[in-house]
Parts: sequence; C-alpha cells; structure tokens
Amino acid sequence: MAETISSTEVVEQDNNLWSGGKPPMKASYGKLMMWYFLLSDAFTFAGFLIGYGALRFSMPNWPVPEKVFNKFPFTGEANLPLIFVTFMTFVLLASSFTMMRAVQEGHNENRKGVINWMLLTIIGGFTFLGCQAWEWTTLIAKEYTSIHVNPFGRMTEDGIFLNADGSEGEAFEAGYSYLIHNINAHEGGHGEEATADHGEAAVSHSHPGDYPDALIDEDGYIHRKFKVTSGVDAGQVKSAPFGPKAFGALFFFITGFHGFHVFSGVLFLTIILINVISGIYVARKNGYEMVEKIGLYWHFVDLVWVFVFLVYYLL
Amino acid sequence: MAEVIKYEPEVLIEEQGFDDHFHEHHHGDKYQSNFITTYIFSQDHKIIARQFLITGIFWAIIGAAMSVIFRLQLGFPEESMAWLKPILGQWITIGDDGVGHLSQDFYYALVTMHGTIIVFFVLTAGLSGTFSNLLIPLQIGARDMASPFLNMLSYWFFFLASVVMFLSLFVSTGPFAGGWTAYPPLSALPQASSGSGTGMTLWLVSLVFFVVSVLLGGINYITTVLNLRTKGMSLWRMPLTIWAFLVTAIIGLLSFPVLVSGFLLLMFDRILGTSFYLSDIYIAGQALDYSGGSPILYQHLFWFLGHPEVYIIILPAMGIVSEVMSVHARKPIFGYRAMVLSILAIAFLSFIVWAHHMFMAGVNPFISNFFVLFTLIIAVPSAVKVFNWIATLYGGNLRLNTPMLFSIGFVSMFISGGLTGIFLGNSAIDIQMHDTYFVVAHFHIVMGVAAFFGMFAGIYHWFPKMFGRFMNETMGKVHFWFTMIGAYAIFWPMHYIGMAGVPRRYYSFDQFDAFRHFAVMNKFITISAIIVFFVQLLFVFNFFYSIWKGKKVKTKNPWGANTLEWTTPIHPPHGNWPGKIPTVHRWAYDYAKDGNEFIPQYVPLAEGEEAGDH
Repeated sequence: MAETISSTEVVEQDNNLWSGGKPPMKASYGKLMMWYFLLSDAFTFAGFLIGYGALRFSMPNWPVPEKVFNKFPFTGEANLPLIFVTFMTFVLLASSFTMMRAVQEGHNENRKGVINWMLLTIIGGFTFLGCQAWEWTTLIAKEYTSIHVNPFGRMTEDGIFLNADGSEGEAFEAGYSYLIHNINAHEGGHGEEATADHGEAAVSHSHPGDYPDALIDEDGYIHRKFKVTSGVDAGQVKSAPFGPKAFGALFFFITGFHGFHVFSGVLFLTIILINVISGIYVARKNGYEMVEKIGLYWHFVDLVWVFVFLVYYLL
Repeated sequence: MAEVIKYEPEVLIEEQGFDDHFHEHHHGDKYQSNFITTYIFSQDHKIIARQFLITGIFWAIIGAAMSVIFRLQLGFPEESMAWLKPILGQWITIGDDGVGHLSQDFYYALVTMHGTIIVFFVLTAGLSGTFSNLLIPLQIGARDMASPFLNMLSYWFFFLASVVMFLSLFVSTGPFAGGWTAYPPLSALPQASSGSGTGMTLWLVSLVFFVVSVLLGGINYITTVLNLRTKGMSLWRMPLTIWAFLVTAIIGLLSFPVLVSGFLLLMFDRILGTSFYLSDIYIAGQALDYSGGSPILYQHLFWFLGHPEVYIIILPAMGIVSEVMSVHARKPIFGYRAMVLSILAIAFLSFIVWAHHMFMAGVNPFISNFFVLFTLIIAVPSAVKVFNWIATLYGGNLRLNTPMLFSIGFVSMFISGGLTGIFLGNSAIDIQMHDTYFVVAHFHIVMGVAAFFGMFAGIYHWFPKMFGRFMNETMGKVHFWFTMIGAYAIFWPMHYIGMAGVPRRYYSFDQFDAFRHFAVMNKFITISAIIVFFVQLLFVFNFFYSIWKGKKVKTKNPWGANTLEWTTPIHPPHGNWPGKIPTVHRWAYDYAKDGNEFIPQYVPLAEGEEAGDH
C-alpha cells in the first residue's frame, strides 16, 4: 500500500479512530480502566465459580437448593422455596435500573435527579446486604450450617426412618433431602413444636448419645437413624450423615465475596453521592463521569450475582 | 532513489508537533516540587521505571545468591558450610566433627524463594515493570501514563510485597519451603513443614500485594497504549516493544486474578479450616478433619496463571530484543506484522496449555492430548519469531556492542530452551522427564536466562535514556561473554542429568546409587554458577558506577534509533517533551532506506516515498 504525504492522508488519519492522537473507543481513560478492572474481576469470580463446579461435581451428592433456601422472614418454618432469594435478586436488579437512571440524569446535568436515583440505588444495595445478612443468620444460627459443617444432606440409598421406640417409621427413597437438626436450635420453648411441624419424629433428647432413633453427636447434631432397604447395605441401620462440607464453605465464600463487592459498591456510591451533593462535578470538565464509572461497577456486581444465583440457587 | 532526508528534530516537532497545552498553567510542578515527590512517591513514569529496576536488581542479587548457596550443597555435599554460619545462623548445623551442614528445611526454603523471587519480583516486576513504565509513554508519544497516581501505587504495592517477602526470610521457622508453586497440602497445612506456618502466611500476603501491583500497572499500560498514542501513531506503527508490553499487560490482567481466586481459597483452608484443597490427610498418624477437597483444583487455578506467567516474562524480553536488534543491525525488523501476529498467537495459546504442567498430577490422559496439541502449536509462532530475528541479522550492518550481543544471546537461549520445550510438551515423554533436571534446564534457559538476556539488552540500550550516561562497554562485554558461556555451562549438563532421571529439588544424592556418579557434573555446574554469579555482580557494579561516572551522552539520539524516546532531551523533564509532542508519520523501522541510515518516526514521508511498514 503506497502512502504519500498529502492533504488526503491527513483527512484519512483524522477519520481513523485508531491512528493516534485521540481515544479510539471514544471513552476516557478512567472509564477504560474501570472496564479493564471489571474484566479482571470477572476472571476472579470465574475462578471461584469454576472451583465451585469442580468440587460440586466431584461429590456423590449435593444439597437441593429448594430444600435449603426455603425460609422467609416472619413466616417461621413455612416452606417457601427460593422466594426470598428471588426477592433479593429483584432488589439488586432494580438497583441496577435506578443506577442507570442516575447515570442518565448525570448526562442531563440534573444534579437533583442524580441525587435521588443514587439514593435509591444505595437503599437497594443496603437492602440486598440486609437480606444477605438475614439469610446467613438463618443458616448459621438456626440451621447450624458453617464452613465446616453442612447439615443439609441427601440420601444415597432407599430406607426407612426409625421411631423413638425403635419401630420402623416413614420410608424414603434415594435422593431424599434432609436437614440434620441441632438440639441447640430448639432451645427456648417452641423447639418440639417446630420439629413436629416439620413432619419429623419429635426428638426430645437433650444430651449427646446413642438413641434408638438417632445419634446425637457432641455438637448437638441429631443424626436420625434409618434402616437401609436397597443396595448392598440393605438391612443395616445407619445414621444420616452430614452433606458435603464444601457446600457451606463455598456458599459463604462466594456469596461473601460477592457481598463484599456490594458493600464496597455501596461505600463508593455513598462517597460519590456526597460529591454530587457538594456540587464538585458541576464544575468538572467531564461532568458526572464518576457516577458513570461507579455505575459500570454496580452493573457488573449485579451481573455477577446473576451467575451466583444461577449456580448456587437454580442448578 | 529519493534524496537523503535531512531533519532537525526540534524544528520538525515544532512545525508538525501536537500542542496539548501541557506546559501552560504550569506555575511550579506540583508533582515534582520536593525531594519526596520527585524521587520517592513520584508519579513520573521514568522515576517509577527506575524504582522498579533498582528494586528488581536488589531481588535479583538475593535470588541469585540463594541459588549459589543451594548449588554449594548440591556440588559439594561433603564440604563444611560452617563459614556461612555468620549469614545463615541456625540454618547451618555444626556437627560434633565440626562439619557444618545446610539444614534440609532451609534447602527447600532456598529453592522455593529463589523461584518465587526470580519469577515474580525480578522477571515480572523488574522486567515488565521497568520497561513498560519507561518506554510506553516515551515511545508512543505521551506525557505520562494515563493515571500517574495508580502507576505510583503500582510500585508501592510491589514495594510492600517486597517488604513482606523480605521479612519472611527472617522468621524463626523459615520462609515458605514447599516450592514456588505452593501446592497444597504443603502450603495449606501450617503444620506440614516448618516453612508452612508463618513463612507461608507471609508468602501469600506478599503475593496478593504483588498481584494488586501487577493489575494496577497492567490496567494503566493497556489504557495508555490505547488512549494516549500521539497523532499518527497507529497500532501498526508502534514499535514491537510497545506491542509486547501491551500484550503482556493483557495476559497479566486476565491470568493474575485467577491466581488470586486460588490464593483466597488457600487462605481459607489455612486460616478457617475449610476443605477446598484438602481431603483425607494424615499428619503423624493423626487423621485431620478435612474431606472432599481437591489439591488438583489448586493446580488448575495456579497454572491458569502459571503458564501465561512465563509469557508475561518472555514477551517483554522479545519486544526489547526485536527493537534493540533492529537498531543495532541498522536494518528494519524482518516481518514486522508476523512479529506482532506471533505475539498475539502466543498470548492466545498461553491460556489453553496450562495443564501441561500437570500431566503427571493425575489429570485425564485424554484431556492431556488437547494440551499436548496446543503446547506444540506454540512452537509455530515461536519459530516465526526466531526466523525473523535471524533474518533481521542477515546482511545487517551489525554493531556488536553489549546490547546487541545480549540480543543475539537471547535468540540463542530461546532456541536452545525452546527445543527442549517440545520434548516436555509431549505427555508421553513427560512421564520420564517430569520433575527431573531436564525440566530445570529447560525453563531456566528459555525463560530464566533468555528473559535476563532481554532485560540486560534493554538496560544497556536504554541506560543512556534513563541516566544520561553510557554503561561501560568493556565491563559489559566481559559480562556478556562470561554469562553466555557460563549459562550454558550451568544448564547444558543438566539435560543429561535429567535424562538419566535425576529428580529436581532433592537435597542430596549420596543415598542413591543411580545418581551418585553425577557428583562431578554437579560440582562443575556449581563452579560455573559461582563464576556467573560474580560476573553478575560486575554488572551491578557497572550499573551503579555508570550512573555517576559513566561516559556522558552528548547527543539526543546516540544509537541513531527511529523511536520517539530519542527525541526527548538527554534528561527528559516531567512531561517528556519540553515543547510540543512529536507526531508520527511512519513506522519505527525505517533503517537503511533509500540511502538513509535511519529515518525517525517523526519525519514525514518524502515526496514519492513509500511507507515501509507493508
């Protein structure tokens, strides 16, 4: 390709975004940097989610999300599978919408609009964090799940639960989901009712030990006993084992890491909101670009949640 | 033939240059108002480059000294090391017979820290940190990085990482000793070995800071290259150095975060007792309470960084060598576009070959086939590059000065080390070769020595730009020849030892009949290593001597190079160009064209002249 220096070349160069002297993607360096940071952060999350997949699919079984995440505030033990997390997801996605509106108002140089929509975004972020705190509290304090112990298990063989008097009770099939209750969870009055509501044999043992219907370990987990009716172990009496450890550890780790992102997001949103209120962006050459940049981050955090929601709650 | 082009940089830049009003409203430079903002917490890319370089040299001396100590153990296992007691203290145990032995724990710590320091602190931060910072703004025609502040943070996070790592050398239980790859369980269980406790905690903390530094730097490099090129500096006119730094930064941006994922999970295993990487472990007959984890998962996450990391190390060296070689051969680089495309191809392939580090770790042999295939395909772009370097030299008007010698040495090393890579990339041959000295020889030549050669070429070549003086040429040549011959003397014999099956990382081979007769070879390697080490100290001396006493640079463009950094004053001020920024009218490799020895990039094409870049 022959090029000569002439006036046509100069014109040609000016039309070509990549010929230097101007930002080729028509984005400021700050926005580009935010994009690249988000790209790298996406790889961090991808690392976690791939680690999650690798561990989950190396396990013989995995708790069923509908059975684990079925609580809703103020409804006690009612079985409301995935309703709460759907609410959380809705709140977060709605906050993405309000963030988008804040950015729009920034383009319109409408300070009041930016303030209002950012405020709503911050409220959305806080609500999400509050929901996450409630979810964690339920799992940790009520159901005694931790990064070490996962009481949500699934049967790998058919069997029949044993009653308190040693007789055979209800039957179940392989794949049956259960929660290993903890005696400490029901202290304070209504414990027996709660277990009865759950449709399980009432357990009144208060000390660790071996009982006809259950084995209570030192930490107070009540492993119900059952008689195996299928497979090579048919006829044996076993106690329900804990579910895979990785479930709790990965749950708290991944949602915690995401929650940390939301928390930092709320923090930055607040700082930028204060700046907006103070009016310093009015004087700036690039106007409300800071709002736009934190908006990119906020949408990213929401997008990551969609993936976390998918792999942890839906699959 | 067109007329010989005459040019005056100042006049041309004033005529054609781009006025960004940088020097208006400039009553006192707030970024360089006192000693601290000028030399310590500096936001000037040229100072930050020098900070990276000098910190890198500091670490290189420590890392190399460590290798000399463990080579002493391997070469002279019978000799007393009591004389090292003043330095190593408790790590030398003196027996009843007065013979001092290197502690076995500390031997592993030395091997581990040698790898960690050289790979991350010297060849990542010291190489790419130095030259990306120095050359990106200067060669693309920018006043500074896109965000000088983040750039400053990038160095100081590296500094913080350095401090933490340095501290870990002095804890009473020793630094981490489980290999630079930090595989669990040795890295996950604090009780697994003496270095797995505090040493490993500090190692992890240090490397997380390090990754922050790499990401801050990398985001900045990419943005700067994309957004701040001067007028006319299209992507296809960028010097190959810039292409290499850009692609390196992209690789780092995509691979280091995955390492952080792996490290965070590892921290949880260590601190909170989760079982991400641990399963069914016994220590001293005691079953530990871990179940369900997978140590292979860590290896996948680690090598997803670990393999791209070797290209993060070698690509900047390749870019530097391409540029230096073209300047000193007084010839355009052969196959400029092929060079760029091969960089891109290598970068892409580097992400899909990681499991070739794990052929023997228990991954599915069927999956291994894919990794073998892609690994061997990397030989194609690598061979393109080698061919182009040799073709660049062919028929050139070579100046055999120190930077050129190191560039040629780089090509030699890259060929030698690259060929053994083809052996190791085959999963079947890897059954015999894995974890032997063959592997040690391979990666030391191809990414250790070769990358160092690229770094040396860069330092000797751009020293005039950094410090306004030349490095001493005689010392430089001594440095080159001893290093070139010495490096082969060290690593060539390792191929034979490795093929015989001698495993790496062993403290001593006295107990093994099969390996004992390699004692002479080990002695030879050790002696070579000691000589090479002292020659590197000569380089360090030359470096610091020349900063103050070197021959002064008299002209702006001492090498007769085309790139824009040589249009800045001998001591470039903050903002690099005192007046306007030069605009670019041609690619960076118009050497020996139309009767001109060289035509810098800011010179407009003459009437009827064809652009040289196609």
